[in-house]
Amino acid sequence: MTQDDLPAIFRDFNPLDDKILQIIDREGKLIRKDLMPELDDATIIDAYRQMLYERTADEMAVSYQRQGRMYTFTPNLGQEAIHIAAGMNIRHEDWLVPAFREMGTLLSKGVTMKEMFLFYLGNEWGGSFQNAHHTLPIAISIGTQLQHATGVGYSVKYRRKDETVFTFIGDGGTSEGDFSEALNFAGVWQVPVIFTIQNNQYAISVPVQKQTNSINLAVKSVAFGIPGIKVDGNDFFAMYLAYKTAAEHARSGRGPILIEALTYRLGAHTTSDDPSKYRKKEEEQLWGKSDPLIRLKRYMQDAGIWSIDEEQLREQYKAEIDREFTEAENEKSYPLEDVFTHIYSDMPDELRRQKSEYEQFLSWKEKRG
Amino acid sequence: MSVMTMVKAINNALEIKLKEDEHIVVYGEDVGVEGGVFRVTEGLQKKYGTERVFDSPLAESGIVGTALGMAVSGLRPVVELQFEGFTFPAFNQILSNVARIQNRSRGKYKAPMVIRFPYGGGVNALEHHSDSPEALFAHIPGLKVVIPSTPHDAKGMMIAALESNDPIIFMEPKRIYRAIKQEVPDEKYTLPLDKARVVQEGSDITLVAFGAMIRECQKAIVMAEEAGISVELIDLRSIYPIDRETIRTSVRKTGRMIVVAEAHESFSVGSELIAIANEEAFLYLEAPPRRVGGFDTIVPLAQGEPYYIISPDRIFYEIEKTIHF
Repeated sequence: MTQDDLPAIFRDFNPLDDKILQIIDREGKLIRKDLMPELDDATIIDAYRQMLYERTADEMAVSYQRQGRMYTFTPNLGQEAIHIAAGMNIRHEDWLVPAFREMGTLLSKGVTMKEMFLFYLGNEWGGSFQNAHHTLPIAISIGTQLQHATGVGYSVKYRRKDETVFTFIGDGGTSEGDFSEALNFAGVWQVPVIFTIQNNQYAISVPVQKQTNSINLAVKSVAFGIPGIKVDGNDFFAMYLAYKTAAEHARSGRGPILIEALTYRLGAHTTSDDPSKYRKKEEEQLWGKSDPLIRLKRYMQDAGIWSIDEEQLREQYKAEIDREFTEAENEKSYPLEDVFTHIYSDMPDELRRQKSEYEQFLSWKEKRG
Repeated sequence: MSVMTMVKAINNALEIKLKEDEHIVVYGEDVGVEGGVFRVTEGLQKKYGTERVFDSPLAESGIVGTALGMAVSGLRPVVELQFEGFTFPAFNQILSNVARIQNRSRGKYKAPMVIRFPYGGGVNALEHHSDSPEALFAHIPGLKVVIPSTPHDAKGMMIAALESNDPIIFMEPKRIYRAIKQEVPDEKYTLPLDKARVVQEGSDITLVAFGAMIRECQKAIVMAEEAGISVELIDLRSIYPIDRETIRTSVRKTGRMIVVAEAHESFSVGSELIAIANEEAFLYLEAPPRRVGGFDTIVPLAQGEPYYIISPDRIFYEIEKTIHF
């Protein structure tokens, strides 16, 4: 691909120069009016509401886990601008190949909080996202999902479909071989895949500086001959522009794109993790000031389009989310059948035998009392 | 009918399905222009184009990982991994995703894909080209693992694999890729992917084998028959699901069993078959079921391989030992 084929922002924010696409600054002040995406007030308000919904759901999930009502959860706190900007650019027919920390994007594909909760309550039905079209389950094995995304991209291209693939990975995941293989295959095959690295700066406890000697993560695209860009992941407008541009690029048959979204995981890696062991309070506080919700809110206030009663909206969301959690909590118990049914399309005799032997044990146990 | 080698039979199966089903794509290292290092895909790219039959970058995890992406989005990929020793970069994708996506998504997504590769020793090869890793794959829930031993079976099993909605590990015994020629029907046919085949009936002892070891067993059986021993030979064909029924029936009849397999003996398919013999035919046994397998060593290079590889006379020796237990 020549420089001329690149969308303008990919030329202007060349990752080799370590530039970062930013439209509002850390105080929410508009600094690149020329790049501001054309969004009407209602859309901006909607974006904020979605981010607030994700934030509220996230906080409640952590709280349910703390109350002992839910198992391990992976918080999204601080990364909502990425998720919602992606979600606003992903169409019904597009594919979402998630990692495990992009809840807002999953919600925009039609995943419900009930399903999310059911998954973190330990039920595969929740994580299967039955009603979310073209949405793969959460990938826990780091980096492997990127190759699935590239394969889906091949399939889309082969079937001449107008579908774009959105996939995610973290900063630590870029060290995996699968990351490089997926980008390499995508480059060779020129498939419509938008790869997002959510660089939240920590892979559990390991800082990004220990993952790579590259000047940034977007620069990794250069070796694979695909466009890449580093974006302020806490700037909703920058993320929106990046996704809009990337989607136009991919949808016009010009191949894959890599977006590094520079952000910060304000919460823990999972509810079993304690960040105070490996990072300083001051650092967290500094990044807390760059909270994507606060920045967007300040922009909206400055622009005179802030019309949200945040406290009331939060209460409304809390009630909605709590209803979904209660539904998930009260879901019917997990039948033995569910352990066996979906391993194969047709259950092999060996599985039938194991299931039936276990059922005999259960009836023995029941008789024994 | 045409006379075919196993290479030709698999090629023929792929061709029949490529023609019939536009969702099938075939790729891997050197499978396009070259037609594969063993020529299993020879001529297919010319006929079906570079979009359906193509060379991928040299990365096994990438090959299998992308194939899973294709499989969940409507295609039926058939990928070749060049040798069994090079399947391991893809092992994580196979174990962590290919075998699990159906369960993880509660059946929303399936992985109708075939991962095929040559395996096994006896060809004087470099390291990583003589191994028999079937047990490693058979231990993974969600996979079906099959191994043909004849051109006829190879064609019918490959077509069945290409029509399966589950991921199939299709292991091809490279030692007999071209060693056996057989009349094979030209038209399409399928064979079950969960059934063993009784190659020959006998009454004194059951030999269970698969892949290239069937031919070695047949040679040993000639020696056994000369010694007045009647041998039943079972070609397992499907490693998983394993055909418990056929094993049960045979071992109850003969009361004796030897499993002949190239893989390291410990924790092998033979170990599993002995467990089945014990569970299903304990009171019928006349002698302890045995394994004749590879040592728990690295397969030696060509000079040392004759020690490792299982010869017909060694199988006969074990038959006699078990008969006279």
